[in-house]
Amino acid sequence: MSKKINIKDTLINNGIVLLLAVLVVYVSINVPAFRSFANLKNLAINAAPRVIVALGVSGCLITKGTDLSAGRMVGLAGCLAGIMLQKPDAPGKIWPNFPQLNVFLVLLICMAVCSVFGLINGIVVAYLNVPAFIGTLGMQMIVYGIALVVTNAVPIGGYRADFTTVTQGNVAGIPFLFIYLVIAAAIIWFVYNYTRHGKYMYAIGGNESAAEVSGVNVKKTKIIIYVTAACLYAIAGFLFSGKSGGASVNLGMSYELEAIAACTIGGVSVNGGIGRVSGVIIGVAVFELLKSSLQFLGVNTNYQFIAQGIVIVVAIALDIRKYIAKK
Amino acid sequence: MAEYRLEMHGISKSFPGVKALDNVNLSVRPGTVHALMGENGAGKSTLMKCLFGIYKMDEGEVLVDGQKMNISNPDEALHHGLAMVHQELQPVPDRTIAENMYLGRYPLKSYGPLKVIDHKTMNEETVKWLENVKMPFDPKRKLGELSISQMQSVEIAKAVSQDARLIILDEPTSSLTENEVEALFSIVRDLKSRGVSFVYISHKMAEIRQIADDITIMRDGTYVGSWNMNDISDNEIVKQMVGRELTNVYPPLDNEPGEILMEVKGYTSISDRSFQDCSFKLRRGEILGFGGLVGAQRTELMEAVFGIRHIKSGEIFLNGKQISIKCPHDAIKNGIGMITEDRRGTGILGCLSIADNVSIASLDNYLEAGVKLNTKKIEELVQDNVGKLSIKTPSSKELIRNLSGGNQQKVIISRWLANNPDVLIMDEPTRGIDVGAKYEIYQIMIELAKQGKGIIMISSEMPELLGVSNRIMVMCNKRITGELSGEEATQENVMKYATQF
Ligand SMILES: Nc1ncnc2c1ncn2[C@@H]1O[C@H](COP(=O)(O)OP(=O)(O)OP(=O)(O)O)[C@@H](O)[C@H]1O
Ligand SMILES: [Mg+2]
Repeated sequence: MSKKINIKDTLINNGIVLLLAVLVVYVSINVPAFRSFANLKNLAINAAPRVIVALGVSGCLITKGTDLSAGRMVGLAGCLAGIMLQKPDAPGKIWPNFPQLNVFLVLLICMAVCSVFGLINGIVVAYLNVPAFIGTLGMQMIVYGIALVVTNAVPIGGYRADFTTVTQGNVAGIPFLFIYLVIAAAIIWFVYNYTRHGKYMYAIGGNESAAEVSGVNVKKTKIIIYVTAACLYAIAGFLFSGKSGGASVNLGMSYELEAIAACTIGGVSVNGGIGRVSGVIIGVAVFELLKSSLQFLGVNTNYQFIAQGIVIVVAIALDIRKYIAKK
Repeated sequence: MAEYRLEMHGISKSFPGVKALDNVNLSVRPGTVHALMGENGAGKSTLMKCLFGIYKMDEGEVLVDGQKMNISNPDEALHHGLAMVHQELQPVPDRTIAENMYLGRYPLKSYGPLKVIDHKTMNEETVKWLENVKMPFDPKRKLGELSISQMQSVEIAKAVSQDARLIILDEPTSSLTENEVEALFSIVRDLKSRGVSFVYISHKMAEIRQIADDITIMRDGTYVGSWNMNDISDNEIVKQMVGRELTNVYPPLDNEPGEILMEVKGYTSISDRSFQDCSFKLRRGEILGFGGLVGAQRTELMEAVFGIRHIKSGEIFLNGKQISIKCPHDAIKNGIGMITEDRRGTGILGCLSIADNVSIASLDNYLEAGVKLNTKKIEELVQDNVGKLSIKTPSSKELIRNLSGGNQQKVIISRWLANNPDVLIMDEPTRGIDVGAKYEIYQIMIELAKQGKGIIMISSEMPELLGVSNRIMVMCNKRITGELSGEEATQENVMKYATQF
């Protein structure tokens, strides 16, 4: 009897993932192109930078916060990287006299710039006690404004070859992007599971006052979380920009919402204290698979938004259900 | 009228990895108080939660007034005349006392077709019910402004006001003072004479003796037996609960206080309503008790020493050196630890495992190369503590919120044993802990003192205060009013200083 109930609960709790599995199987059978290696590779490339954004957001969610500035930071970093890495002879070069720097140095500059905004997010949330939802909403607008000022709303293109190689290349058939994803996920997984900072993060999400009484430096931990997140957005922005060979201020728009949705689908609780790196990856994968399946089925893009919206609401409802479920 | 108000037959309930209840019975006669006793984790709270449909029982039947019932949630239980005061309070701190009392059943008044909440009636009724339990509070005060004990009183008044025929009190007195307990008991007796039945869960033998008519004892999720209170002695009760004889309540207090370890001078709160000009000294190897009535500001003073609350003036010295404490982090860095009174609010990390809960305050000791935590060593530490305090759990990965109340308290104590501070402040350390485990905790306290640590214990239980303190400071109305040691440390003297103003 109780075994049966368990199976039912498991089915409902993982409903979204299962539904998607069904959809994926259906699409693979009916549209052979979907299951081609090329498409899978394409999916992985698309998902990689999004996982990196979601990993950043997950830390904020686990401490009962959120980060609505994620998408705009991706955009700003993407534009900055693009501007600094335009070919010397690119038409309409935005900073014509800017020296030709090493790609990785440019990446570091982007990370440094974003981490300043992350630091401000952290201070606003931790020291001024502004709810993360509001504080980072403000930052979202500020960062967008800055991106507009920097680019003058002009699209950026004409990238240097080394930028393109670093972001679009591959070794032995494995895209670099995929390798970056694995490295980022491994580092974050290590931090969440094997460092003091990780344990403090979960403790704050579980019960902030109890964590403080146990000697956890709550403010410092939160600041580290928001700065780390910002660095991850910068990396993602850099990758998005190079991958598509161009950037504009619209890059990254509403990526934070996709990231939050993906985290929730992957079991990061919006009530704080719970969440795993594997879950975040699964969440993004599910979301990307959904988008891709709908495309292959030839669903009108407008309807795709409706489907995505439904998935988000249902995912969160199922997540909440787990905590009120009767034992 | 049926012979029993409530009958529970053959109740079983399993959680993953634990059989919490195995064929348990409970029969409560009308107009009686039925004590339910057993060690921490014996299954008392679980049995009651099954009754109220908070957990779904695997097997068993429930009869109320001889009629078979199938109760699936607390609201339904209330309709059948069953009410419960929970071990862990779940009030809404930001709403008023009256709103908490009438949560979910607000009195309404109609303006034509429009029904609105009748605040006037609600507040007046609340005053009446609060007076009924001798708690003269303003019903418009926010619940969160009350102390834990006062909140509990409100919770009891609420159950009383719901006109229930069976009220479950799950450790209602664990944070009440003797006066408050007396007030509660007089209400219980009054209601009893009007035919209301009670199930009374407590670890306090003296109270059970005073109030209970019948007793049911459980051990490790099984039913041991039921007796009339006149037919069973205290020793027999303990024996049935623990499964063996317990000879002493307190271990010998053979630690020897040495030189001064910590000195607090002129601590005054930033709030005028809180502690004023408090000074005291703590010696190495000493257990310093803090006595007084609830509301004397003992907790507030100690929380200020630990940096949770702020002071307007005052100094603190450790080993003769002045230190500055602005937050708990500072206190811990200086080797001061604190087990707080509010387990739910500032103790447990609910959605984390026992292992994480034990190790959170001492992760610094387990860093390898300054970065990676040595998870193997942490697991050893946790296992060590789970064993030492006999914490009942299937594994250290179990979430702390799935433990019984007493076992959660033991986990918090382990957290500070692991942190190993020089000064350990313990605010009501044995709250909700069974007789056997209390002895073990006293032993640990004395052991720590022998290692040269200083221990401060706030306790509202007079025998405990007298039994395990080397010296006692008494507080009354925001100030330290007396210091007692040796021969002078008697109940009369403590009460004299505790009621000085
Ligand atoms: N939700 C749950 N999930 C898993 N195990 C649980 C859960 N609730 C209770 N248990 C287990 O059931 C057992 C009985 O717990 P219960 O809370 O009923 O004890 P208790 O007799 O009330 O103890 P105490 O005196 O400490 O309050 C314990 O071993 C506990 O760990
Ligand atoms: Mg209990």
